[in-house]
Amino acid sequence: MGHDRHSQNERLAAAFERLPHLLESDPDLIRRGAFFDAGFEVGIGDIPFDLIVAAGRIASFARGPFVMPSWRFAVRGTAEAWERFWQPVPPPGWHDLFALSKKGVMVLEGDLQPLMANLQYVKDLLALPRRAGVER
Amino acid sequence: MAAQFEPIIGRYMTLELGGRPHRIYFEEAGEGTPLLCLHTAGADARQFRHLMLDEDIIGHYRVIAFDMPWHGKSLPPEGWQREEYRLTTAAYTEMIVAFCRALELDRPVVMGCSIGGRIVLNLAIECAAMFRALIGLEAADFQAPWYDTAWLNRPDVHGGEVCAALVSGLIAPQSPDVSRHETLWMYRQGGSGVFKGDLYFYRVDGDLRPRIGSVDTSICPLYLLTGEYDFSCTPEDTLRTAAAVPGAHVTIMQELGHFPMSENPAQFRRYILPVLDKIRTQADATPSGR
Repeated sequence: MGHDRHSQNERLAAAFERLPHLLESDPDLIRRGAFFDAGFEVGIGDIPFDLIVAAGRIASFARGPFVMPSWRFAVRGTAEAWERFWQPVPPPGWHDLFALSKKGVMVLEGDLQPLMANLQYVKDLLALPRRAGVER
Repeated sequence: MAAQFEPIIGRYMTLELGGRPHRIYFEEAGEGTPLLCLHTAGADARQFRHLMLDEDIIGHYRVIAFDMPWHGKSLPPEGWQREEYRLTTAAYTEMIVAFCRALELDRPVVMGCSIGGRIVLNLAIECAAMFRALIGLEAADFQAPWYDTAWLNRPDVHGGEVCAALVSGLIAPQSPDVSRHETLWMYRQGGSGVFKGDLYFYRVDGDLRPRIGSVDTSICPLYLLTGEYDFSCTPEDTLRTAAAVPGAHVTIMQELGHFPMSENPAQFRRYILPVLDKIRTQADATPSGR
């Protein structure tokens, strides 16, 4: 069980690590993020990632754990949440960050102003691995 | 390409609501049984344009939809700049009844979505005899909140952008891109604070759980249809509501979310046409003027 969970986290983290590449191939999304600058954390199951976005581009992308994490806001989901969210056609209730948060499998915390001011950008950014397909 | 004209026509009326004149825009198409459609919070009557172009509907129904005050092409009342807009159950009910009377609609069918679906339940509770049938889309007597509405109207977050981004998740992934973005466009166009003001009714003033048990479907049939991807008004919320109303018809719609009539018109018509046909045939069999 522990081994299965570990391998699921690693598999999902590997999918998420393609995010900078996926974003660079989406000039429209970069355009829509032109005014977005923030450092934020994304939790993929047990694995934290530290992202810095500048003018809609990923300026820094690091995998934790971190000794002194520092971020404006954090988006943390369980492995199951990301697994289902990234399916090509996610099932009902697993298809949106707020659906996951209402379900209790995702947490949005910290200073949410930069998130809410750039909400569609962040939603679309975090959904990019869906397009690429997550290995199962 | 020659210009393509649609059968939809629009006009304005001034209607007194809450003791104040309101300039209201409405549009309609078709002839037959009046079918009044109520748009969702923070949007406008354009959500129903596909129903108004559907020959199988407008051949039998006079489909009518108004923009609520503060929405679409309807104006806020004079003096609006000195108040915070907040929709209440009483004001929303008064608006619908006054509009039906102004157009002299004879026992219309009323179909509302989201807040429109919630108020349809209140019509069933308070004045069911006025109506031929009531249809609640994405309707429930209560729903748990899933975000803080304070984000909808503050100067450091673009109102149109955040309203559209929040509700984007309520659209089913199967809905066609063109319809998804047309639905979101109306949210981008909403006036500042209007979506938030509508949600005052939804979140604070309009909890119908204590009164839902008083609905009598022998006076007026009630149909509830909810999309499986709606996590705001979930299928469970609608099923719970239907369970409290003996005789209510409930349908959970596949591959649809919170905006069935605008996010995927082709999928929605598969569910709504049989309901409208049933209402029409039952009405034909019942003596009028009941």
